[in-house]
Amino acid sequence: MSVKLARADRRAAWLFMAPMIIAMLVVAVWPLARTFYFSFTDAYLDDPTNFSLVGIDNFLEVLDDHTWWIATRNTLVFASISVAIETVLGLAIALLINQAIPGRGLVRAAILVPWAIPVVVATKIWEWMLNDQFGVLNQMLIALGLVDHGIAWTASGTLIMGVVIFIDVWMTTPFMVLLILAGLQMIPGEIMEAAEVDGIPGWKRFWSITLPLLKPAIGVAVLFRVLDALRMFDLAYVLAASSEQVMTVSIYARNRLISFQELGIGSAASTWVFLLVAFIAILVIGVLRLDRAAGEAA
Amino acid sequence: MASVELKSVSKSYGGNTVIRGVDLAIRDGEFVVFVGPSGCGKSTLLRLIAGLIPVSGGEIAIGGEAVTDVPASKRGIAFVFQSYALYPHMTVARNIGFALETLGLRRDAIRAKVAEVAKLLKVDHLLTRRPRELSGGQRQRVAIGRALVRKPEVFLFDEPLSNLDSDLRMEMRIEIARLHDDIGTTMIYVTHDQAEAMTLADRIVVLNHGVIEQVGTPQELYHTPKSRFVAGFVGSPRMNFAPVTTTGGAPDWSLAGPGGLALAVSVTGNRSAPATIGVRPEALSLVAPEAGRLSGTLERLEDLGHEHFAYVRVAPETVFVVRVPVRPTIARDTRVGLAFRDEDLFLFDEAGLRLDHAASHERAAAASIEERAA
Amino acid sequence: MTDLPLTLPVRRRRSSASYRLERRLKKGALMVAVGLVLVYTLFPYYWAIVSSTKQGAALYRDTFLPALDFTYYRALFENTVFLGSLVNSAFVATSTTALSLILGISAAYALGRIDFPQRRGVLLAILMISIFPQVVVLSGMFELINWLGLYNRPSALVVTYLLATVPFTTWILTTFIREFPRELEEAAIIDGCSHFRILTKILLPLMGPSLASTGILAFILAWNEFLFALTFILTDENRTVPVAIGLMGGNSRYEYPFAQIMAASVTVTLPLIILVLIFQRRIVAGLTAGAVKG
Repeated sequence: MSVKLARADRRAAWLFMAPMIIAMLVVAVWPLARTFYFSFTDAYLDDPTNFSLVGIDNFLEVLDDHTWWIATRNTLVFASISVAIETVLGLAIALLINQAIPGRGLVRAAILVPWAIPVVVATKIWEWMLNDQFGVLNQMLIALGLVDHGIAWTASGTLIMGVVIFIDVWMTTPFMVLLILAGLQMIPGEIMEAAEVDGIPGWKRFWSITLPLLKPAIGVAVLFRVLDALRMFDLAYVLAASSEQVMTVSIYARNRLISFQELGIGSAASTWVFLLVAFIAILVIGVLRLDRAAGEAA
Repeated sequence: MASVELKSVSKSYGGNTVIRGVDLAIRDGEFVVFVGPSGCGKSTLLRLIAGLIPVSGGEIAIGGEAVTDVPASKRGIAFVFQSYALYPHMTVARNIGFALETLGLRRDAIRAKVAEVAKLLKVDHLLTRRPRELSGGQRQRVAIGRALVRKPEVFLFDEPLSNLDSDLRMEMRIEIARLHDDIGTTMIYVTHDQAEAMTLADRIVVLNHGVIEQVGTPQELYHTPKSRFVAGFVGSPRMNFAPVTTTGGAPDWSLAGPGGLALAVSVTGNRSAPATIGVRPEALSLVAPEAGRLSGTLERLEDLGHEHFAYVRVAPETVFVVRVPVRPTIARDTRVGLAFRDEDLFLFDEAGLRLDHAASHERAAAASIEERAA
Repeated sequence: MTDLPLTLPVRRRRSSASYRLERRLKKGALMVAVGLVLVYTLFPYYWAIVSSTKQGAALYRDTFLPALDFTYYRALFENTVFLGSLVNSAFVATSTTALSLILGISAAYALGRIDFPQRRGVLLAILMISIFPQVVVLSGMFELINWLGLYNRPSALVVTYLLATVPFTTWILTTFIREFPRELEEAAIIDGCSHFRILTKILLPLMGPSLASTGILAFILAWNEFLFALTFILTDENRTVPVAIGLMGGNSRYEYPFAQIMAASVTVTLPLIILVLIFQRRIVAGLTAGAVKG
């Protein structure tokens, strides 16, 4: 292609991207830059024009706050446990759906239901099902004679994190299933037939063939889910408002910013969240060796 | 090594029947090729024999033992797939030896067997490579090696050469024939390539819409096809067909067809009337218009170097292909005559079944002599 | 090589009956597993429907059949604030979807079809924007919304939601566009079509299904959003439904209006579930196009 043509193409490319780029500059880059900027100021939300620069004081103040560390621990516990369970459960359900069984289409449709339900709604439904006195789960447990009186799932400090993880698993396993299923369907059927003829037993077929070939798909799904879990806000907020038991870093940052009106410190907390997520993203990509795995799949 | 027997095997998916009551007996050590148009069920039939898909009805026996409900891995078969189905994340050596790992063989024993098979198939220099680093032909050899190492009683091939280019296909075809000569194992081979079927098979099974049209040696199929379908399927270029109108009554008919065709035939055996005639391109010769059995206009000449094909339009919608050994010096759009011997004439009735006629017996006799000599 | 000196252990076959039994058992176990998965995924929503049709004391008895009492639904549809939030949600989600599809398809054409050196960089930036936590831009976004004078207005949400939906639609549509054979546009280029004509006359007509699945995903994303909707809307009549439901509650724990909440939950989720079930295949295609192939 001639230089002139190439230049015309390049100009066309930027022209086509211009609306998207302008939109991103306005709603992503600019607010992000302002957040970074505010995190070095002592601004308050009620009068954001009146402030002075305070250096890194805000960052240190966040680190000094005991609640921040609780929120960080909660977020990490929540993200790691829920993604781990979702991966295993998602893999199991994906393998199940991948079998030639009657009702396969029905299951595939059914798993989309939890995914389509808004987080707030799912949380409310489970909150009701887990209600200590009238919840259907406790009533069933009592009927089965497993407990004599209802368990206060959402009131007790240790159980509530479990409940948050449980609801998240219910809502997001479908996403895992779909991604892993797509990976499974990219494995040529003849390879599995070859293993069958070779007399490879089921477990070995899974470990030596299915799992290695699924690695890229699982890796991508885990990365997406980890990043999503790290920014979780609505589930814990609806279930427990600002209770420290399940407070995530997103809730913490919003609290400082909106509830306490501390624009400067809230922004610093947001920036910490950003750094935390970026750090973990790099970690996950490195551990899963996604770049290399992707190369092998090709 | 083992025989394979199918008794009224059928397979349907929902209401869609793809295999309808197939009966077939394959002798120990035989090389049988399944051919048929795409969608005829040949690959399905192979997978039923392998046990990769369960039958809907009927019985399958391998080596005289009923295996209808036995899983694929216990049937003593090996399968070579169209896509080769090599495990993409394993080296060539592990691909070949993977089946042995689960049999509890020692590591060095596995390595020895893998090395032996690899050497046999000339892939011993590739053992540490991954499948994606191999050429198509090399992948094919590894796939065969993987099948071979299990020492199967029956080898099943599902269009194994269809992903190779034509040179390599020829080379691998010879290789597979040699393999069969060497190890003498029963082989069942699915292909849509006639040349493969004709050259490899002891017997060819022609499938159409899930039923067997005909089973026979390549010569039987070529010389005495049971139906118009088989006649059209075996031979390249395919047999020329033309509809005819009949006068007279069984067994002696007068036929009139395109291009001024007028013939008197005497049908033997079957009493139905001929509806179609067929002549193979290689049985036709170009002659002067008035000297031929029928005549038409030369439309096109194809020069393949060692042979030539003339396309002669004998009727507005009928073109006959003629194979001529020497390039004819006839201009296009010239009227030409087509000649053939009586014994090269095929007759088919309304239902597409071939009818014997007085002269066709000579051809059958000649064919069986030819076959005995071969 | 008449005989390979291979001595494999004799394959010991069991009787046909035992293989048949094994196959049946396996099938039975699979069916049980399917049943469990169905109960796990569907029961909560079913239970919400059951609960929403029960009155008073019946709500607290665990019969598994709905009572078919639609009092709460009637109340819900007489509640102008709730209806208002439904309208707000519909407006916000529809506008966001339409805007993000327009911005997305235009950018996706450049990213999927035109070769230019910064393409990878732009894609990477888009991916990064789509994964960073929304809370990070909250302060800057607050300032922006105030500056635009949109605070406590549903249109504020349309603007802010672009943060999540535009990278998403751009990314997915880029992968979809790449799946079309290039010959298609090469033919158009030879016919003298400009890029704009190629996009509008050749690709767009073919992209109906892709746009539908991307649009549905963007719609669901916007319909379900909570953080911005909670933060940038102050008064009840301007809220979207997730926040309206999230903030529903009684005076004490024992007066908690579960039946009403369940009725509202069923109502706002029903359109999504119907949409998802109708476009099941397309949605799966959209979700996996974004992740696996990306």
